[in-house]
Amino acid sequence: MGLLSGLKDSLQRVTDSLFSEDEQKRIGIYGPPNAGKTTLANRIARDWTGDAIGPESHIPHETRRARRKENVEIERNGKSVSIDIVDTPGVTTKVNYEEFLDYEMEKDDAVRRSREATEGVAEAMHWLREDVDGVIYVLDSTEDPFTQVNTMLIGIIESRDLPVLIFANKIDLDDASTQRIRNAFPQHETVPLSALEGNNMDEVYDKIAEYFG
Amino acid sequence: MPEAKASDNDGVQIDLISAERMDGLASMEKIRMILDGVRDGKIVILEDGLSPDEESKLIEVTMTEISPDEFNGIEIETYPRSSTSDSGILGRIMGREETSKLTVIGPANQIETLHKDETVISALVSRK
Repeated sequence: MGLLSGLKDSLQRVTDSLFSEDEQKRIGIYGPPNAGKTTLANRIARDWTGDAIGPESHIPHETRRARRKENVEIERNGKSVSIDIVDTPGVTTKVNYEEFLDYEMEKDDAVRRSREATEGVAEAMHWLREDVDGVIYVLDSTEDPFTQVNTMLIGIIESRDLPVLIFANKIDLDDASTQRIRNAFPQHETVPLSALEGNNMDEVYDKIAEYFG
Repeated sequence: MPEAKASDNDGVQIDLISAERMDGLASMEKIRMILDGVRDGKIVILEDGLSPDEESKLIEVTMTEISPDEFNGIEIETYPRSSTSDSGILGRIMGREETSKLTVIGPANQIETLHKDETVISALVSRK
């Protein structure tokens, strides 16, 4: 009897672990280059774990490898939500090393950066198809959101039925427009914020807990 | 009928590819056909666009082929905008994705989108 009951308990534990609703979700931070994805990832990681994820820069394609921060516990309204944050390289359909020469980079460094950037974009697309359970899509709210890359990526995310939140970043800047982003993607919730200044982070964490908890 | 060849020196070749032609191809064959054309300096116009999954693979394969001073990637525009979210639950359950969208793809160093809205894509195409 003891053996049977022990076997039953073991099976129950295996079943629970396979179908647990509490399984850690991987949330990918996506968006075009220079939207502030790493600044946001660092803000979230610092607020809840004390560590950063990666270096930030105004030069495009600073993030050229997907970086994961595990077990980020976000507490909201007495409940705790645990997620993995995946900061991904900015997605584009073109990379020209000559763009980096404008940032006082030597040609060799610019060529290396462009090669790493292309590998990073391919890696980000692979993560999106295979390895994320939800998406935070970050846009620079001073820029036109009606770009083909944004349209394609949102289409890809929708086709995979992934939960998605759109973050309108950089609202601390004068020419920011959250409404323009809401108009571009009315089918999704848009949350305004400044990851750099930490503006509206309470709503950001409320929404993360609501969508990905 | 012999296939027309682009001249080496002048003009820009535009390939308008019918939905019927694309229907018979596997995803990677479509991507290969598009990128081979674009890398030859052609502008490729698809009567019926790619599925979201194929678009994702197109970006990925494009990235692996970018090479300094040779190929900088692609410009791509679709009209109307992708509408997977409107394709209806039955269609999605049956695995039918809404891909009916005119798509223009060209080399990033030769094509520049001047204007785009719900009804018009206006592009400037330069010679190599």
